[in-house]
Amino acid sequence: MKTHENGSPWIISVFILVIFLGGWHLLTLRPSFHAKGKTDEQLQMMEFNGDIVRAGAEGYIWNPEKMNGVPGPLAVVEKARTELSEAFVIKGTNDHGIAYLVLYTVSRFAGGFLAASVVAIIFGVLLGLNRVLFRAVNPFIQVLKPISPLAWMPLLLYTVKDPKWTAVLVVFMAAVWPTLATTAFGVSSLKKEYLHVAAILQLSWFKRLYRVILPGAAPTIVNGLRIAFGSALVAVVPAEMLLGELGVGYLSWIEWNNLDIAGVIFAILVVGVVGVILDSGFNKLASLVTYQE
Amino acid sequence: MSEGERASKRTMAPNPKAVVLAASSEKYFECKVEQAVVSAVIQAAAPSRRRFLASMGAAALTAFVAEFLPLKEIAAFAADPVGKPEKRDLSIGFIPITCATPIIMAEPLGFYSKHGLNAKVKRAAGWAMVRDWSINKDVDAAHMLSPMPLAITLGVGSVPVPFYMPAVENINGQAITLHNKHKGVKTAADMKGFRFCVPFDYSMHNYLLRYFLAEGGVHPDKDVQIRVVPPPEMVANLKAGNVDGYLAPDPFNQRAVYENAGFIFKLSKEIWDKHPCCGFAISKDFATQYPNTFLALFRSIVDATHYASNPAHRKEIAEAIAPTNYLNQPVAVLEQVLTGTYADGLGAIKTDPSRIDFDPFPWHSMAIWIMTQMKRWGHLRGEVNYSGVAEQVYRAADCDRIAKELGYPTHQGVMAKHTIMGREFDATQPDAYVRSFKIHSMT
Repeated sequence: MKTHENGSPWIISVFILVIFLGGWHLLTLRPSFHAKGKTDEQLQMMEFNGDIVRAGAEGYIWNPEKMNGVPGPLAVVEKARTELSEAFVIKGTNDHGIAYLVLYTVSRFAGGFLAASVVAIIFGVLLGLNRVLFRAVNPFIQVLKPISPLAWMPLLLYTVKDPKWTAVLVVFMAAVWPTLATTAFGVSSLKKEYLHVAAILQLSWFKRLYRVILPGAAPTIVNGLRIAFGSALVAVVPAEMLLGELGVGYLSWIEWNNLDIAGVIFAILVVGVVGVILDSGFNKLASLVTYQE
Repeated sequence: MSEGERASKRTMAPNPKAVVLAASSEKYFECKVEQAVVSAVIQAAAPSRRRFLASMGAAALTAFVAEFLPLKEIAAFAADPVGKPEKRDLSIGFIPITCATPIIMAEPLGFYSKHGLNAKVKRAAGWAMVRDWSINKDVDAAHMLSPMPLAITLGVGSVPVPFYMPAVENINGQAITLHNKHKGVKTAADMKGFRFCVPFDYSMHNYLLRYFLAEGGVHPDKDVQIRVVPPPEMVANLKAGNVDGYLAPDPFNQRAVYENAGFIFKLSKEIWDKHPCCGFAISKDFATQYPNTFLALFRSIVDATHYASNPAHRKEIAEAIAPTNYLNQPVAVLEQVLTGTYADGLGAIKTDPSRIDFDPFPWHSMAIWIMTQMKRWGHLRGEVNYSGVAEQVYRAADCDRIAKELGYPTHQGVMAKHTIMGREFDATQPDAYVRSFKIHSMT
């Protein structure tokens, strides 16, 4: 019974994957090229335009190098193979291997996210402890919170002038609001008994913060961080596209410019995989500070 | 002010800002240096002496100054290429289009290193990015649309920063491409209600498209929609049916045919043969702070441009700029553009070797035409000192000097006659030209 319960989800996942890949492959299959019904001139045009190539004696096939429409899974696998085999190669200022691009994206993301978390937690604690201050600042937060982080990009670029820092700041603007809001909420809804005990024990403000407030509000803060994490990851990719900074988002944009849809799909998958790895890392850290009440 | 003083003010030393219509650009350069030296002498002279000097005519004054200062040597000194580049590692911004071919190919084909520079070309996502990089000094020089240095110097669409355009990159090299469903369109009048895209507001693409539409009786601001879209995204937009057509730089016209998404309606050379498209731009700051570097860069660009204009080299160039690091386009598309033997999307293979060409000389008359069009469509308002700005930004004399050093042909003067859609443009009458249009957006 136990093994059956544990085994089922995996089998279903694999099944879904096989159905999806199979369907994708069948939908993007092209019937092989028939030269019937085409004049010599038309065939010449198609060959000139790179649609077909000669194969064997007097025969034509679709040009394997030229994609028409959405590529099938095999094309994406082929693209992935080429990109991964050159993962650590730098071919020029504008063409770095995928490993470097992932590094740049992750560092941009990490910088923005960490800075946002520190700032948001500090301000969140302050606002959570002081109801009056919270009420005073809340309207501003409510107005600024729904603004898409990418909308800050032109203003940031104009003032900061450096596209590298602008990208980090865009991630910052994405990650700061969820954490701020949830930290303030978590601290303000801390059990009053904890604060009373801290006052009775005459703890210094630092000890109070470190021993009572932060651990007490930790589950809520971690929830906020989790939301901010997703928000920041979502923001870093378009920020790279708009700012032309090397990274995985940049890769998907460059492949899009060349109408290399297989490349775009590959870049998207890389973003997904990177997200999964970062997320599991985050979960491990989060499990250290959360507790069940 | 007494009558005498007013008279003396009138015959004052030659105005250094006066337009010089000289026989050749070498003479032009010498004249400019003479004017600068003489006016410096006048300024330095005590007021009493100034009145005496002012009473002489311009020619006599120049001769008088030449007695004490070796004007010819000074001109030669100013023109003399001397010194090692102050800054060897350079970053040059570009957009991945064939207009920038000389700038891009100079890296893999070794033109920058030939002239002592270690320049790397940095790809931008769109023209606004190039503008911001240039103004914020993220790049040392950049590939720009030929109206852009004029717009940035005049403060149109950005903060005013003085820029130079020492060389034009390509002439021709654009086309109007339409969606396959518009194969029946024959004239501009058939295009009412279309949605077009152009790479940037201050671009030859915008001005040529508007000129073409206006000549056909279509008002570009009222009868059609013109949107700004970065060139690489135009083909995707056309394929998706978001736009009906565009006037874009190559290779995106040829790419649309390659993708079976559109056809080439009209080459831009059929609107204005030998029109400037993109140029090489550098901030005045950089050029004056690092003069030797500027000259070395200038030489690499002029050298590369002349190499590219030779039809025998086009295939080699297509292969050099195709990889992901540069244009990231299939070689077949670039070859069709650069060699001029191309499929037009209507079932024919056409041959037009000057579909795109490369000539670095920045005629001042080109700058003046651009400014008249900027005025016509409301991008520029108020009085414009056409020839003054053209002279400030388009460095024709410098270009010819470099060309002569490298052994390439030079030009007579800085103004030329241009014929746009059968109508001649006289650069000495810009205001009359602007006023002569029935369709415009001036208030």
